Amino acid sequence: MPYTPGKKIIVNDCTLRDGMHALAHQYSVEQMVGIARKLDEARIDLIEVSHGDGLNGNSFNYGFSAHTELEYLHAVKAELKHARLAALLLPGIGTIEDMKMAREAGVDTIRIATHCTEADIAAQHIATAREMGFDTVGFLMMAHMIPTAELLKQAKLMESYGAHCVYITDSAGALLMEETRERVAAFRSELECQVGFHNHNNLGLGVANTVIAIENGADRVDGSLAGMGAGAGNCALEVLIAVTNRMNIRTDIELYPLIDGADQLVRPIQQRPVQTDGNSLMLGYAGVYSSFLLHTERAAQRFNVDPRDILVELGRRKMIGGQEDMIVDVAIDLLKQ
Amino acid sequence: MVAIIGSGNIGTDLMVKILRTSKTLTMGVLVGIDPESDGLRRAAGMGVGTTHEGVEGLVNHPLFPEIEIVFDATSAKAHLHNAEVLAAHGKRVVDLTPAAIGPYVVPVANLQQHLDAPNVNMVTCGGQATIPIVWAVSRVVPVLYGEIVASIASRSAGPGTRANIDEFTETTSRGIEEIGGADRGKAIIILNPAEPPLIMRDTVYTLSERGNRQKIAASIHEVVANVAKYVPGYRLVKEPVFDDVTVRMPGGEPVEGLKTTCFLEVEGAGHYLPKYAGNLDIMTSAALQVGEQIARHMERQAAVTG
Repeated sequence: MPYTPGKKIIVNDCTLRDGMHALAHQYSVEQMVGIARKLDEARIDLIEVSHGDGLNGNSFNYGFSAHTELEYLHAVKAELKHARLAALLLPGIGTIEDMKMAREAGVDTIRIATHCTEADIAAQHIATAREMGFDTVGFLMMAHMIPTAELLKQAKLMESYGAHCVYITDSAGALLMEETRERVAAFRSELECQVGFHNHNNLGLGVANTVIAIENGADRVDGSLAGMGAGAGNCALEVLIAVTNRMNIRTDIELYPLIDGADQLVRPIQQRPVQTDGNSLMLGYAGVYSSFLLHTERAAQRFNVDPRDILVELGRRKMIGGQEDMIVDVAIDLLKQ
Repeated sequence: MVAIIGSGNIGTDLMVKILRTSKTLTMGVLVGIDPESDGLRRAAGMGVGTTHEGVEGLVNHPLFPEIEIVFDATSAKAHLHNAEVLAAHGKRVVDLTPAAIGPYVVPVANLQQHLDAPNVNMVTCGGQATIPIVWAVSRVVPVLYGEIVASIASRSAGPGTRANIDEFTETTSRGIEEIGGADRGKAIIILNPAEPPLIMRDTVYTLSERGNRQKIAASIHEVVANVAKYVPGYRLVKEPVFDDVTVRMPGGEPVEGLKTTCFLEVEGAGHYLPKYAGNLDIMTSAALQVGEQIARHMERQAAVTG
């Protein structure tokens, strides 16, 4: 089903959640508030705030954030005049208790993420989120790893638990253009609920694949200012809106505040450029979870091994999102060789 | 003599372990609710008593008076009922469900303290694999924080685990604190669908006071060797990694300490379950160990009072 002229596309910003990965979870509250204000001024629909690995992600495995999630959520919520507040939760890391905390902090949309084959571990969280009155999204990560037909079965499970929207989440930035088209088209024709698309720019297809998703019927799409996200970053939000404006795709979002936010607020605080460089390209090429990037670069330095070898080995071992602990395990094995 | 309630994967694997490896326990009755279940058919084929009428069927079984210890491998909800019935008959219970009516037990760390408890709980598979390491560190230096990541093969995660994954993270976190001895515990679980299935992996991080690294490493090696006595496939796959760190947890002050990282692997014995399912094997192996120790303790007490 191609894009219907006049259909409003819902845009979910990830600068303050996926972008946490790019800063090793070290945003100051002031930085978050400044960025949220700009996004709200641009009339973005949804602003996601959480640890990069979702609520309760603070850990040795994923990194400790500079502030508590409650501090970030309260600070951002107070700034919003237009946008709704979203949060991410990965069953196995966060729990229903964290969802309750988020609800009390004023979160409107909860996104429940599982690996693309494990939708059933989210049944309880999705059903509970609906009971709690959340706008509820299912998020199928590493969607490049299984064929479209299998991915669709998992999406139908999430829909059956009560999700208002199910996402195809290209966590490794590994989907090719035709693979994106096929997945989105299948979801759109087989699901009753909304269809979403989230990706990473590891193969340089961040904006292109998001446009393909919209053209094939996606209702919600993600982006981040200046791409601020794990690996080579997400679909660059300001670029996406420039392109959708040219294509007469309706988002009702203002372009200039996004450009200002990207140039003036986000790029200046990037510690490592968020771009498709050698190591982040390898993520997409090897099909590895994007947030492994900084952890891999640190392990490569500590154990004096080539980060590309670590990433390729992680891909070969079929490691999935959340298995950051295996980065050091692989580095030590490479050192022994 | 013992009985097992639950004729699914866990109950059946435990039965096979008792029959094949235990010198202390005699397998009496396997209890199910489905007469067609593979577990009950196997049990009958191996000469083990069976009933498909749940705990009531067990109470009415001719062998019931001889049963001293009952393992429950059903669900938390079913255990509440089973525990009540068994307590009324004065039977000792080893609970493999998340119900946790009795104290948590990890054999290497705290079983000796609970040999008289009428009902003991086996925590979680991840807890059995990782709490020993936290405990090994905390008996050398105070542990401020213990964190574990358990990665299991998707195929080894049954419907019960999947339907209530929060139970795993919450129960394991509590076990890291209560048995492991950490001031704060955190647990993460990952289900990896790779084919062929991956063997269970566990990573344990502790933040402790800065102590003698050699002593900590020696304590870890000793504990791993002791766990391996009752879980033969339990292995430390790398030497412990030590880092002097300053950690600032959100909302807290910076803390200087020693970060210790341990990488573990748990390969199953392949009794009834496939070898990759180390997560299930460590539960049945640890439960067997608990049952044997309780049985020996009961014998010793009988000898003293008799």
